[in-house]
Amino acid sequence: MASQEILREEPSRGSFVNDPKVRSLFFQAVVVVLLVAGVWWIAQNVIANLTRLHIASGFGFLKGRAGFDISESAIAYSSDSTYGRAIVVGLINTIIVAVVGIITATIIGFIIGIGRLSQNWLIRKICTVYVEVFRNIPPLLVIFFWYSGVLAVLPPPRDSINLPFSSFLNQRGFYFPRAVWGDGSWLIFVALLVGIAMAWFVARKAHQRQMATGQQFPVFWTSAALIVGLPLLAYALSGFPLSFDYPKQSTFNLTGGFQVSPEFLSLYLALSCYTAAFIAEIVRAGIRGVSKGQTEAAAALGLRSGSILRLVVVPQAMRIVIPPLTSQYLNLTKNSSLAIAIGYPDLTATAGTVLNQTGQAVEGVLIMMAVYLILSLVTSAVMNVVNARMALVER
Amino acid sequence: MQEHDTSWVRTEMALAQPAPASVRGMGAWVRTNLIGSVGDAILTIIGIALVVMILPQVINWAFINAQWTGPDRSVCATVAQGGIQADGWSGACWAFVNAKFGQFMFGTYPIEERWRPILVAVLFVALLVPMLIPRVPRKGLNAILLFLVLPIVSFVLLVGGMFGLPHVETSRWGGLLVTLSLSFVGIAVSLPLGVVLALGRRSKMPIVKMLCIIFIETVRGIPLITVLFFVSVMLPLFLPAGVTFDKYLRALIGVSLFAAAYMAEVIRGGLQAIPKGQYEGADSLGLGYWQKMGLIVLPQALKLVIPGIVNTFIGMFKDTSLVIIISMFDLLGIVKQNFSDANWATPQTARSGLIFAAFVFWLFCFGMSRYSMYTERRLDTGHKR
Repeated sequence: MASQEILREEPSRGSFVNDPKVRSLFFQAVVVVLLVAGVWWIAQNVIANLTRLHIASGFGFLKGRAGFDISESAIAYSSDSTYGRAIVVGLINTIIVAVVGIITATIIGFIIGIGRLSQNWLIRKICTVYVEVFRNIPPLLVIFFWYSGVLAVLPPPRDSINLPFSSFLNQRGFYFPRAVWGDGSWLIFVALLVGIAMAWFVARKAHQRQMATGQQFPVFWTSAALIVGLPLLAYALSGFPLSFDYPKQSTFNLTGGFQVSPEFLSLYLALSCYTAAFIAEIVRAGIRGVSKGQTEAAAALGLRSGSILRLVVVPQAMRIVIPPLTSQYLNLTKNSSLAIAIGYPDLTATAGTVLNQTGQAVEGVLIMMAVYLILSLVTSAVMNVVNARMALVER
Repeated sequence: MQEHDTSWVRTEMALAQPAPASVRGMGAWVRTNLIGSVGDAILTIIGIALVVMILPQVINWAFINAQWTGPDRSVCATVAQGGIQADGWSGACWAFVNAKFGQFMFGTYPIEERWRPILVAVLFVALLVPMLIPRVPRKGLNAILLFLVLPIVSFVLLVGGMFGLPHVETSRWGGLLVTLSLSFVGIAVSLPLGVVLALGRRSKMPIVKMLCIIFIETVRGIPLITVLFFVSVMLPLFLPAGVTFDKYLRALIGVSLFAAAYMAEVIRGGLQAIPKGQYEGADSLGLGYWQKMGLIVLPQALKLVIPGIVNTFIGMFKDTSLVIIISMFDLLGIVKQNFSDANWATPQTARSGLIFAAFVFWLFCFGMSRYSMYTERRLDTGHKR
């Protein structure tokens, strides 16, 4: 009886100083006090400094007239626009270069990564050299190399290099024909959307039928015919409304066409080349992560090598690839802030100019941080959805 | 009937025959590695075409047509550009690198004081090499000298202003000196800070945990440039009026904080990989928190994530080049600054300078990654399958 009584008692901890709960509370209290004191001290200093410099805090400055020009803008912008609009222009430029860069880097990265696993010795070595070179030099250096080392020493506009499809390359960038959409061209876009929707529907039905009956349906060719054919049909029906505005040589410059600035071009090429090296390594690790037994089992089932790759290896490799691929996409987006070094007006550059002009350092840096955090979160969210669809469905 | 007594047992082994000619020698290697199938053959042809197209041009440019020495831009410019080379000449301008080599290494560090960074570099190499070779004894003493004594000695030598050494402003530092010193201090600071942050993130104290998560995720979500902006624009606002921070120190703080957040995530991965039994075993031996972590968990966890740690180091080494944004001149910055030198402005200057800088960066990063692969193999005690 007595022993049971003793067991039911709380075990003695000696002094309460040794109680983990008390200790944890004490440490956290210390941390909170230090943090609050630190923040209060910083806030005091910031307020004192701002009053000394006569800077009004708050985000009201965003409505002020910007007064500086931005060389590239996807939306209407002039020096009479507001600071807020300047920052939005920068944000759009960041998104453009990030999206285009991500697509290109993924394509190059997959090619190089698969090349590193090739049976072919020469291809393997070429891909290894690519990866080892680009992984080990700073991205900023790659950007400078494209900008000052390659694009800046191209010939001046009157000796432009002619490329296929009446496009031109010179010091001032890359020129290619601009599509001019005439009346009734909306029909083409509608047809394209309809084509994509129908292709998706066909793919779904074909998949259901194959699951139910085992009969296959040539999904790829049907989809290709729908997505390409319908817009072409619409193009013909609406009376060929599409024409091209070709860049033309004039005495000092090229006129017409669509111009891609050297700043954008070098940032885009550098980010794609640099990130592709990392993506290649991820792809290689992913494919090697699929056990050999899977390939062999698929071969034993009588699948051809193409089908083995498409149906067995790639879906399993994607599971390994997607999480690190996400962080590479985030890295590329963040690295696009290096644009400031060559004068491409991305978010960091425009926000930096605004910050310098208005002296609103705190707000400027906060906006930059917030926007990049949101971009990161959105990219992560999208990739998490993709990852969830790819993930192993277990019982 | 006669018994079969012709049975015969061979008393000596048959000599090994060479492999058939079809699976050995150059021919077989070419067959399996270059022209295994039609597709392979096509790829090989494309590959050879690529190499033939690029390699001779590169060799021509970098070695054969290159100009190694010269007083000014004339050696690297064609006649039309005001130089001495024939029209259509294209070659590397190593003369530019040669002429500016001192600047690329030390920035505008006073020439008569340059023995100081050189001495620091010699000391660094003398301490680093035995540290990296596993067989050399006295690692403890070596580590103390490298990570505690050397930074102090280097600080005294590089900054000066005491022991009769003239003071050298950090604004006069530049080139490889800045790149290496920034990354060395960054590495030395970010690793312990990363360990603390990782432990904090796995702590059972909710407030500590939350603060660590907020710090890590915020820093990882924003580009380094924004962090550098933050330290260069906002730190002065955070301090009482009149207190100023050295620009070099600001960059150091920014780079270290940034790397620490990434380091913390790498180390957290290692901490998570340690089986729970190890933690419980340490608890049952009566070890306190820091003893448990320091003696049992961290040695195993850090060993697991050496590749990740070195990758973070390499990333940080490359990232030091961004200090150019807050107008400091590291190796890349000083190379870029020298493009505008009218004495050397030719179409080849930028390329040559950048390729030189790329080569230096590449040497360091490639060296680090190879050493980490070596360490990984050496420390592999069979936990990984």
